[in-house]
Amino acid sequence: MIVAEQKPFEEIAKMVEIFDKVLILGCNECVTVCLSGGEKEVGVLATSLRLYRKQGDRPITTVEETLVRQCEWEYLDEIEKLVEDVDCIISMACGVGVQFVAERFPDKWVIPALDTKCAGGAVEHGLWEERCGMCGECILHKTGGVCPVARCSKRILNGPCGGSQNGKCEVKDVDCIWDQIYKRMMALGRMDQLMEIELEKDWSKARDGGPRKMSREEVMIGE
Amino acid sequence: MSEFQPKIVAFCCYYCAYSAADLAGSMRLQYPPTIRMIEQPCSGRIDIQLILQAFEDGADGVYVAGCLEGDCHFLKGNYRAKRRVAEAKKILDDVGIGGERVEMYNLSGSMGPRFAEVAHEMHDRIKGLGPSPLNKRATKKEVMTGDCS
Repeated sequence: MIVAEQKPFEEIAKMVEIFDKVLILGCNECVTVCLSGGEKEVGVLATSLRLYRKQGDRPITTVEETLVRQCEWEYLDEIEKLVEDVDCIISMACGVGVQFVAERFPDKWVIPALDTKCAGGAVEHGLWEERCGMCGECILHKTGGVCPVARCSKRILNGPCGGSQNGKCEVKDVDCIWDQIYKRMMALGRMDQLMEIELEKDWSKARDGGPRKMSREEVMIGE
Repeated sequence: MSEFQPKIVAFCCYYCAYSAADLAGSMRLQYPPTIRMIEQPCSGRIDIQLILQAFEDGADGVYVAGCLEGDCHFLKGNYRAKRRVAEAKKILDDVGIGGERVEMYNLSGSMGPRFAEVAHEMHDRIKGLGPSPLNKRATKKEVMTGDCS
């Protein structure tokens, strides 16, 4: 899933300071699972904003709604009426959702309430870790299901580097993922596979090649 | 002007604080009438929104009273409440209400005197802090407009 984190409250409050009625829009997908932009978080942000603004001379009215997904037009159609009536929309979705909302409602000012962090998962309650670098060409079959693109600080494809010390990375306080890859390959009896040199990666398939598109003709509707 | 009497909401776990309140009553222990108790099935029922809502609806202070650590009837509810109260403190600081207006207490059903003590403690704390900024504002408005309805 996409992992996101709420921006500092002060920042959000500053972005909405000129508005009197806002729609706080949650998303029931990834950001609900990572507890940053679901129905509950919408409620907390709405109450926080009201509490904050009530202390000044400009109270704020909040409208709360949470969609199945913000990244699909059909769900955004549902809030057309709600949107008409507000000064701006605070989207509590990932960057994708925010952009879909902005595109669907071109005459409304849209504010992101979250910082989108990474593609990852919850390794335990309240702890999310990056797992996929979205490089566009998966190599997990070569590394025992452990991704060096997302999890090696240097994105090394033939690791570990000299900075791997006692299973820890020299760049930041994380496990050296190449150490983990070696341990896993050893356990699986596949060490010989690691002897093969991984040639340079085609990064044009990643974000480096510009914005990416994916299409599938057979599911397209139309002539 | 009359003396400030705070409104304090106490979210009390049925298995401990609520029984302790009963016991305090049976023991004829006095505690401030500014405490409004709300029975909860477990302190783990508390979430941040509930605490914020209490302030929005006019509370000057809020506390959550759960079982002693390790004694939760539902095993971990009080630990969860403790973390949520800590997070609510941060949010209340951010929005300008003040995190010191919310607190977490742990007690058992047999601690009637402690219940009364906690009530006094919170009453004194909130009295010292004065009305919540929202209520302060309302009071000011009343004074200015003479509207006390």
